Amino acid sequence: MALQSLDIAKRSATTTESPQARKTLEVAKLIDVSKCIGCKACQVACMQWNDLRDEVGTCAGTYDNPRDMTDQSWTVMRYAEVETEERGLEWLIRKDGCMHCEDPGCLKACPAPGAIIKYANGIVDFHQENCIGCGYCVSGCPFNVPRISQKDSKAYKCTLCSDRVAVGLEPACVKVCPTGSISFGSKVDMQELAAERVTELKERGFKNAGLYDPAGVGGTHVMYVLNHADKPALYSGLPADPTIAPTVTLWKSVAKPLAMAGMAAAALGGLFHYVMKGPNEVSKEIEAEVERELEGEK
Amino acid sequence: MIRDPHDLQRYTASERANHWVTGICFILLALSGLSLFHPALFPLTMLFGGGTWTRILHPFIGVVMMLFFVVMFFRFQGLNRMREADWEWVKRAKEMVNGDDHNMPEMGKYNGGQKLLFWFLGVAMLVLFVSGIVIWRAYFSASFPIGVVRLGALLHAVFAALMIAAIIVHVYAAIWVRGTIRAMLYGTVTRAWAKQHHRAWYKQMTGK
Ligand code: HEM
Ligand code: SF4
Repeated sequence: MALQSLDIAKRSATTTESPQARKTLEVAKLIDVSKCIGCKACQVACMQWNDLRDEVGTCAGTYDNPRDMTDQSWTVMRYAEVETEERGLEWLIRKDGCMHCEDPGCLKACPAPGAIIKYANGIVDFHQENCIGCGYCVSGCPFNVPRISQKDSKAYKCTLCSDRVAVGLEPACVKVCPTGSISFGSKVDMQELAAERVTELKERGFKNAGLYDPAGVGGTHVMYVLNHADKPALYSGLPADPTIAPTVTLWKSVAKPLAMAGMAAAALGGLFHYVMKGPNEVSKEIEAEVERELEGEK
Repeated sequence: MIRDPHDLQRYTASERANHWVTGICFILLALSGLSLFHPALFPLTMLFGGGTWTRILHPFIGVVMMLFFVVMFFRFQGLNRMREADWEWVKRAKEMVNGDDHNMPEMGKYNGGQKLLFWFLGVAMLVLFVSGIVIWRAYFSASFPIGVVRLGALLHAVFAALMIAAIIVHVYAAIWVRGTIRAMLYGTVTRAWAKQHHRAWYKQMTGK
C-alpha cells in the first residue's frame, strides 16, 4: 500500500541512500501467545480492514482455517497440540504473519525498485503497483510469509496496518483482540511490556518463558512472548534462529557484484584486446599460396 | 548468391537460421535477465514493456531458446569432440591471443577453444533451463522445496553471468578473426581463411 505519510528507510532494488533527516520512533507489535485463546478475531479484523475475503475452505480436522496464509489471508492462527515434559498436553496457538524484520530478506531479494519498502518506523510493506510478480521475496523470506496471488501475480502479506499506523491508529488485529494478547507501541515499550510478562510467566512455572525477537534478522517488529521460548519450533515450526538463507546472501551480496564486474571485464577486455593487438587477418602469404593452388587446378 | 565459386561452404542455410534464432533468443534473455539481476540495469525492462512483462516473457523466450539450442547441440556435437591436437591448441592459446598463430597446431572444423566453449555452453544451458524452471514462480516454484528454489536462483544468476561472459568471448572471437562473421551470414568462408585457421578442415574440403 503506497503511503507518503511514512518515512522510508529502505527500498528494494535501490542502490542510493534513502532520505534520513527525520527521525521516527520504531514501532512493534507484541503477540503474547500465553494470553491467546485462538478466537480468530484478529483474522477477521484483518480481512475486514483490508477488504479481503478468502475462499471458504474445507475442515481438515483442526482449527486451522484457512490452512495457510494466502494473498487473501495475511494472518492465520496456527494450532499445535504438543506434549511437554513439564506440563503434559498443551495447546499452543500462534498468530502467524509477517514478522516485519529489521533486516528483511524479502526486500534483499526483490529486483523491482520500490516494490518492497521498509519504513523508518520498522514496518515492511509491499507496494503492489511496483511488484513484477517474480516471487523472489518468497525465496528471501526466512518465515515463509509472502504469497503471490493467482489472479494478479502480485505479492501480498501483512502490512502491519501501515495505513492505520500512519494516522496514529493501532493495527486492526490489535484493536480487536478480546484478551489483550496483542499490543502495539514503540519497540522499546513493547520490549518492556514483554519483560514484565515474562517475569510473571516464570513466577507461574513457565521457567523457559521469553521474548522472541530473533537477532539473526536484526530483530523483528512483530515479537512473540512464548511460554517455551527455548523451543520456538513447538509453535507450528517457528524457526529458532531465523536468518536470511546463505544461498540468498551469496546470490544477492556476492554473485551480483562479482558477476557485474566479470561481464564488464569480458566486454572491455575484448575492446582493449582489439585496440592493442589488432585484428587477426588472413595473412597475405596464405592468400598467395591459395591463389597458386587454384592456378594449379586450372 | 555465390560470391566466389572457390569459397568453402561452412554452414547450411538451416544451420545458420538455427544459430540465429538461438542467438536472438540469447540476446533477449540476457537483456531481460540482467534487468532483474542488478538495479542499475532495471531500466532495460522498458525494452520488454516494463518489469511485469519482462518477468512474464523471459522464461518463455528461455524455453524457445532451449528447443533451438538442443537441435543445434546435436547437429554440432560430433564435430566438437576434443582430440589431442585440440588440447595442444588450448595449451598454446596464449600465443594465438597475443597475435602469433604460426605455431598453432592444425585444426579441423573447430579449434580447441571453440570446442571447449561448445561443451561449456551445453552445460550452462542445461543448468539455466533446469534452474529457470525451478524459479518460474507462476507455474513451477511451488512444487519445489524453498531451499531448492533459493539454490536455483543462485545457480541461474551465476550461470547466466558465466554464459554471458562466454558469449562475449564467442562474439569477440568472430569479430577479431577477420572473415569469420560471413560464415554465419552467407554460410561461406574464403579458402585462405580456412587454410589459415582450420587447415585440417581445409585439406578435407579441398583435398589439398
Ligand atoms: C533456458 C531457459 C530459461 C528459463 C526457463 C529461464 C527462466 C528464468 C526465470 C523464471 C527467471 C526469474 C524471473 C522471471 O520469472 O522471469 C529468470 C531470471 C534470470 N534469467 Fe533466465 N531463464 C532461462 C534462460 C536464461 C539464459 C540463457 C540467460 C542468460 C542470458 C538467463 C538469464 C537470467 C538472468 C540474468 C536472470 C535474473 C537472475 C537474478 O535476478 O538473479 N536466463 N530466468
Ligand atoms: S517476515 Fe518475511 S515478508 Fe515479513 S519482513 Fe521478514 S522477510 Fe519480509
